[in-house]
Amino acid sequence: MKPTDIKDPDYFHKVVDCQWACPAHTPVPAYIRLIAQGRYGDAYLLNRESNVFPGVLGRVCDRPCEPACRRTRVEEEPVAICRLKRVAADHRDDITDRLPKKPEQSNGKRIALIGAGPASFTVANDLAPMGYECTIFEKLDKPGGLMRSNIPAFRLPEDVLMEELGYILQMGVDLKLGAAIESMKQLQTEGYDAIFVGTGAPRGKDLDLPGRRDAKEGIHIGIDWLESVAFDHIDAIGENVLIIGVGNTAMDCCRTSLRLGAKSVKVMARKPRAFFKASEWELEDAEEESVDITVNHSPKSFVTENGKLIGMMFDVMEYDVDDTGRITDQRVARDVMIPCDDVILAIGQENAFPWIEKDSGIEFDKWDVPVINEKTFESTRRGIFFGGDSAFGPKNIIWAVEHGHQAAISIHKYCHGADLSVRSPDEIEFESAKMGMFEWRYSNAYDASDRRKMEHIALVDRFKKLDIEVELGFSAEQIATEVERCLNCDVHTVFDAPLCTECDACIDICPVECLSITPQASEADLRNIVHAANADQALFTSAPLSFSGRVMIKDENICLHCGLCAERCPTSAWDMQEGVIKIHHASEQKLSAAE
Amino acid sequence: MTSFVKPKIRRKQEPVNTLGMVRADYDGTASTLCAGCGHDSVNAALARAFFELSVEPHMAVKVSGIGCSSKSPTYFMSDAHGANTVHGRMPAFATGAVAANSDLTYIGISGDGDSLSIGLGQMAHAIRRNVNMLYMLYNNGVYGLTKGQFSASADIGSVAKKGGANELPPIDPAALALATGATFVARSFSGDREQLIPLIKAGLRHTGFAVIDVISPCVTFNDHKGSTKSYAHTYKYFHPAVHADFVPPSEEIITAYEEGELMPVEMHDGSRIRLRKLDSDYDPRDRAGAFAKVLEGQSKDEILTGLLYINEDLPDMHARKNTGPRPLNQIPYSELNPGAAKLKDLQRSFR
Repeated sequence: MKPTDIKDPDYFHKVVDCQWACPAHTPVPAYIRLIAQGRYGDAYLLNRESNVFPGVLGRVCDRPCEPACRRTRVEEEPVAICRLKRVAADHRDDITDRLPKKPEQSNGKRIALIGAGPASFTVANDLAPMGYECTIFEKLDKPGGLMRSNIPAFRLPEDVLMEELGYILQMGVDLKLGAAIESMKQLQTEGYDAIFVGTGAPRGKDLDLPGRRDAKEGIHIGIDWLESVAFDHIDAIGENVLIIGVGNTAMDCCRTSLRLGAKSVKVMARKPRAFFKASEWELEDAEEESVDITVNHSPKSFVTENGKLIGMMFDVMEYDVDDTGRITDQRVARDVMIPCDDVILAIGQENAFPWIEKDSGIEFDKWDVPVINEKTFESTRRGIFFGGDSAFGPKNIIWAVEHGHQAAISIHKYCHGADLSVRSPDEIEFESAKMGMFEWRYSNAYDASDRRKMEHIALVDRFKKLDIEVELGFSAEQIATEVERCLNCDVHTVFDAPLCTECDACIDICPVECLSITPQASEADLRNIVHAANADQALFTSAPLSFSGRVMIKDENICLHCGLCAERCPTSAWDMQEGVIKIHHASEQKLSAAE
Repeated sequence: MTSFVKPKIRRKQEPVNTLGMVRADYDGTASTLCAGCGHDSVNAALARAFFELSVEPHMAVKVSGIGCSSKSPTYFMSDAHGANTVHGRMPAFATGAVAANSDLTYIGISGDGDSLSIGLGQMAHAIRRNVNMLYMLYNNGVYGLTKGQFSASADIGSVAKKGGANELPPIDPAALALATGATFVARSFSGDREQLIPLIKAGLRHTGFAVIDVISPCVTFNDHKGSTKSYAHTYKYFHPAVHADFVPPSEEIITAYEEGELMPVEMHDGSRIRLRKLDSDYDPRDRAGAFAKVLEGQSKDEILTGLLYINEDLPDMHARKNTGPRPLNQIPYSELNPGAAKLKDLQRSFR
């Protein structure tokens, strides 16, 4: 096996599992350390560089970082990364004068951004301080996109959203509300240097079962219904409500129903719980509010009486599941009618572009989805870019933010005639964490505390109004414990082979036995030696050691980054070094190779 | 020392032994030896060997004398019995303990100072009695605890940290053990756990006195240029002669023997040692040949390692005294003490 190249920025980036899993590559351990030091404003700004909306995402992010957290491989529960992000947002001091400013001079380039959601706002966030004149067009009369229309206010308070959108508007971004773009061709004639489409996936899927057309009212499309609630067009619902589908939108629908007067809310799932799309924590929050989640019920028909919806028929399903958890067979056991007053359909959504003419130069594929370059986010029409859900279908906010960053880079390069496909590569900078004998500038001791539980507002209080935020945020004690749970995976074990005296001290002290010194061999053989079973995680291999010619190997999978190897090393061959991943957003991109 | 104690973490899919215990269950308290000390590696190898042999810690006894090496019992297998005894007097203490309870697994830990200077006579007589124990001699050529004076194992010409060269000839523990009749003599190196761990396992399962002379560099006082017990020197002159694979009783030997390998040595408990010859003309079952080889190694500045000599056929102390299978400490006092009348009979027989 070849020696590991630790200068490759991706090598140690992958070791920081949370950062690698985050679409926007938020430097999680670094901001958690700032929180631990009480530097909430600094933590907020560090977050903001990559994910732009720490206050929003600290509440409603899909948290791809948490399942990836190293802690889940050492014990059960990941660090409450998302909640700590909210801590940074909640406790920050006034940071407005530290935000990127509106430039004194425009660079003369005008960018049209369609849809005022996270993708467009991220593009504006990156480009406006560089001198671009950004105009956001929004068909509704409030900005935020799905963050406003689909996420209920009891999960994301309006003022949190508006404050973070406001930061970007302060950079001189022009927001046009109630300004639906009806024609792409028309917009193309208006002299913009580039156009960005961030209109999301606004079309909720319908369920065309028998009886669907007979019901004059009582059947709602989930995301449309949530939007109507958010904009005060709907303020009531029947007593018995069925939600069809079991994704995160379904969770928002059922909990919103409870706040609009529903007495009994059932979420109807076609499959067993292991197949649910909703995040586990969203399911828990719904169940805490006494939402009934019924499994193995496949919708069959709508039941109406004189044009009024009175219930739904379901096939009760039975599934055979094999050892790997896959369904191998299914059959209908019986059918059942469940009475209800309203049905909310939350079975998915898709993007739709009725306003883009077929001859606008933008190619659509056979599913009527625009053809987008996955790296540059450019459509087949030069100068028109897509991002967020409108690019590749429904994902989530943090993906929309990353799309926005990437599209901003493309727009910047496009406006300067540079090659879009050439992106400045990530870099990594190392800084030793050593402060002295057994002293590091990070909290290296392993803390075995369990994950802190987010406190919720009492059930009796939370349904009084639609916009009472349920989660209370972490207390000072919870913060103090939770920050210590972070393993500081970005403080890397950096090995200097020529210094090693092969004394084995590091191997003996390692609490998870992830090190060994062994003759060079194939990767499979070396992995066996340290029981490195997880092929998704790298195996570090050093250059040959000077005394015996053997190599130092390390399983990156379960290393706790506790630094004991470096503390026991008599020659400092092991050192703990913070690796700062430099990710280049639009303003740091080189426009030409010579630059 | 480290800033905090190695945390106990039960990993997912962590290997367990037949007792269901993990390797960390054989750890001791945090080591206060210098960072990089060879002794820590040997202690880790001991913990690993006890773990792999599935020895219940409460069925093991660790005894030691005085010195850096003798601090070691604290640093592995906390749940075992043990005592830190008097300087050089560990063999007498161990002999008494072995005599009292033959059911336990005994390990004595000593150093070149403890064994070859003040305790030389003690060690020799424990060997002579063939006490059933594993005697680990952590050999670094210096008195580390008193800041690095030469010990009796220092080689002629080896240079001290402050520059003085040693003039007295060394006592070679392996040659000493062979000369005094040890039935299991091995030499190894703290830096080679692939060699050391099987040797420890074999030594623990050997019936009789097993000595492992393990070169264990003193990182603070004897790891410099000119030292013949440094990591650099040991790695350079390290010469494995016979590799011993330990095969527990439950495992069938299915690998065919390649040419140049020796037949397996059967142990009393049914386990076997598979010897792999690395030197073509070496048979560790031949005491005279082993002795010659050790002396030859000395003259060539070669650190001859591996299982140098083994004899499973000589009776250990209990067999020689015919004490029977029941440990003495489990025999009721009334039975153990035949009474005044029987004593009188005995005395009469001598008149």
